[in-house]
Amino acid sequence: MQEEVQKISNTKIGDIYLSMKGITKVYGNGVLANNQVDFEVRKGEIHALMGENGAGKSTLMKVLFGNELPDAGTITLDGKEVTIDSPKTAVALGIGMVYQHFNLADSLTIAENIVVGSEPNEGVFFDRDNAIKIVNSLAERYGFNVKADELVRNISVCQKQKTEILKILFRDSQLIILDEPTAVLTPQETDELFEQLKMLKDNGYTIIFISHKIDEVMRLCDRVTIMRAGRHMGTYDISDLTARDISRLMVGRDVIQNIEKPDHPMGKTVLKVDELNFYDKHNVHVVNNMSFCLHKGEILGVAGVEGSGQKEMSEIITGLLPPFSGKVFFEGEDITEEDIAGRRKHGMSHIHEDRMTYGAAMNESIEENLISIRNEDPDLGSKLFLDRKKIRSLAEDLIKRFSVLCKSPDVPVKMLSGGNMQKVVVARELSVSPKVIIANQPTRGIDVGAVELIHKTLIEARENDCGVLLITSDLNEVLDLSDSLIVLHGGKIVGYFRDVKKLTEEELGLYMLGLKEQSEAEIREAVADED
Amino acid sequence: MNVASLIFTPKFLATIIRMTTPLIYAMLAAVIVNRAGVMNLAVESTMLTGALLGVLFSTWTKSAWLGFLLAIIGCVLLSLAIGYAAFVLKADESLNGVAFNLMMQGGTIFILYLVTGSKGMSNDLQSKVLPKWDIPIIKDIPFIGTVFSGHYLLTYIAVIMVIFVHVLIFRTKFGLRLRLVGENPQAAESVGINSQKMKMIAMCLAGGISAIGGCFMSMGYVSWFQSGMTAGRGFIGMASSTLGGNTPLGGSLASFLFGTADAIAITLSTLSIPGEFVTMIPYVVTVIGLVVSSSLSGKAGKRKGDKK
Repeated sequence: MQEEVQKISNTKIGDIYLSMKGITKVYGNGVLANNQVDFEVRKGEIHALMGENGAGKSTLMKVLFGNELPDAGTITLDGKEVTIDSPKTAVALGIGMVYQHFNLADSLTIAENIVVGSEPNEGVFFDRDNAIKIVNSLAERYGFNVKADELVRNISVCQKQKTEILKILFRDSQLIILDEPTAVLTPQETDELFEQLKMLKDNGYTIIFISHKIDEVMRLCDRVTIMRAGRHMGTYDISDLTARDISRLMVGRDVIQNIEKPDHPMGKTVLKVDELNFYDKHNVHVVNNMSFCLHKGEILGVAGVEGSGQKEMSEIITGLLPPFSGKVFFEGEDITEEDIAGRRKHGMSHIHEDRMTYGAAMNESIEENLISIRNEDPDLGSKLFLDRKKIRSLAEDLIKRFSVLCKSPDVPVKMLSGGNMQKVVVARELSVSPKVIIANQPTRGIDVGAVELIHKTLIEARENDCGVLLITSDLNEVLDLSDSLIVLHGGKIVGYFRDVKKLTEEELGLYMLGLKEQSEAEIREAVADED
Repeated sequence: MNVASLIFTPKFLATIIRMTTPLIYAMLAAVIVNRAGVMNLAVESTMLTGALLGVLFSTWTKSAWLGFLLAIIGCVLLSLAIGYAAFVLKADESLNGVAFNLMMQGGTIFILYLVTGSKGMSNDLQSKVLPKWDIPIIKDIPFIGTVFSGHYLLTYIAVIMVIFVHVLIFRTKFGLRLRLVGENPQAAESVGINSQKMKMIAMCLAGGISAIGGCFMSMGYVSWFQSGMTAGRGFIGMASSTLGGNTPLGGSLASFLFGTADAIAITLSTLSIPGEFVTMIPYVVTVIGLVVSSSLSGKAGKRKGDKK
């Protein structure tokens, strides 16, 4: 065994080990997540899989690991065509995956987590000492510094990740998939991880490294496959590419939509965010000292790779999440302590990125969803009872105005397509003539027609002097709609552009990927409240 | 009569041990299912069913031990049905447990009526009682002998069962897998463990163990079955398990606390305090115990905000 490992490490990167051909996956809601994707990995290489969120890399890996069955396409592993219908099959075939969310039990030790399922035993008893010995020797061989008898509850994120990798090594997997492994690590921990991954590579293991961090990929990987919008954008040797090339391949725009946006003067500040901070449960600083102002009649875009703090920021502003520190002002009034209903009374509307959970009540009718934020509205009934007729006429009016395709206002929202569902949410949020709209991913995963309508609606709202905070990972959208723009990276505002027209997409890409950053003073000056 | 003179006696301490015994079995059953990540409220019903089956089978077989064994088997089968409804048919675990509790509350009376014609008690049946045990040597030591010796064998078996369950959960392959299933079923599935099967096995173990507790009630503590005789001991067992951090040893301590409350209630009932008030004591102690334990763990779990 030892000899064999030696032999592999002496050969250079070898033959094709994994080949996925023509993988197509359409999800139940009609989203085409993978469109004829080809993906090839050679034996003993570290292969990066890059792309924006929603580009389809997670789906591709789910197909590979048996979480999802593809609608078309074949997988060939080590020369044999295989069908992978469950993670169990994938593990049996020698594929191991480290998810971003670890699959560990906190109350068990590192060793127990690693060996469970194939434990060393003495009769019916679990041989704890032997398990610790096995794990220690495995860890030592690959230079993993872990204490096998420590409870997982007490170890750091970085140690948990090592535990996951050891779990894969213990099961003799040859192909290791790492899903954005550095997202939760400090730079020092990242360095350490990279050392270990290189060591694994030298020992003949094949590694797929999913990431959208260009600098890391350039440091670690041999080759890279880039995906965009469900399609394969090419596979390259890292040495042939510059960071700029990768950025262009990942975020370049291919469709240019013409959105008519008349000039409109900005008014006074309507929403002000002052030094917001938030730490998530892993103690990561996901919202790092954010300050900005949104004016009346302004669409302020928020760009950034997903997970840069957009979600938490919008939830803090709308009252779903309490900040650790910092304040939110609405027309000069401090609303940090106010609840969601209070914020809505001020005139704040919120289009949540998750329309299935937060946006609408799936089992209730379109009509009921349309009035769900204003059921105390005196126009819609007396103190005690709702006026069904008035509600019906309001619903029919909104359905017509937003062209929601449905049989009647009584249809449960879950029967609608994604686009029509989102129209219901947008119709509701705009029907109350808000002063501020927090629109988080308002057009994700919906059809072109609905996208167009929502874009038009947002521009109309702006003409009515509403301030729109548009958070989106769609670059076309953010560049076409926004008047001004904030770029987030790693929970921080790294760029502020007063006039979006002067900004090129390539420039924006560099900011989004953290390759460029404005100085703190520059941003502070730009976001300063001039009123 | 003086309360203190009633409580600080060897007889009172023996009563605590007697009252703790059924709670220990219920607690062990709860520990096992909790470790498997199952919300099993049906411990009460398997315990009650065990009590009835013990009486019936020992009458029919004319053997206490055979009746005891058949009662355990019967409750394992009942647990299979509960587990089947919950894991295979995907009934809501809590509601399913409540449903089975209600069903067996009425079901035991129904069966009792079919057999004896009485809806309350089984006095007419010639049911058998499990033996007591006088511990040699210790039984002759004053005080200690009265406290520890002369209990029903099931009391001593309870001590063995506590150790057995502890070893099962923390020292065996089975226990390791059970804990993983309970804590992170996805992780268990990803290493090829069938979590549904593990949960089913846990249910069966819990059914069997709680049946022993039921048999102690009807074939030892008293020698008959009475409708609703477990009187929430299954639930108190679940509370003990939670209070003891789902460990057999910690749970035993909690059971002992509740057993003491039970013993106090029994002892005080001879005084002129209203009986209804006295019967409340064990349950009040349970509520207080649960509140204290959850507020303590809640404090520990709260994250510290690094406000600047």
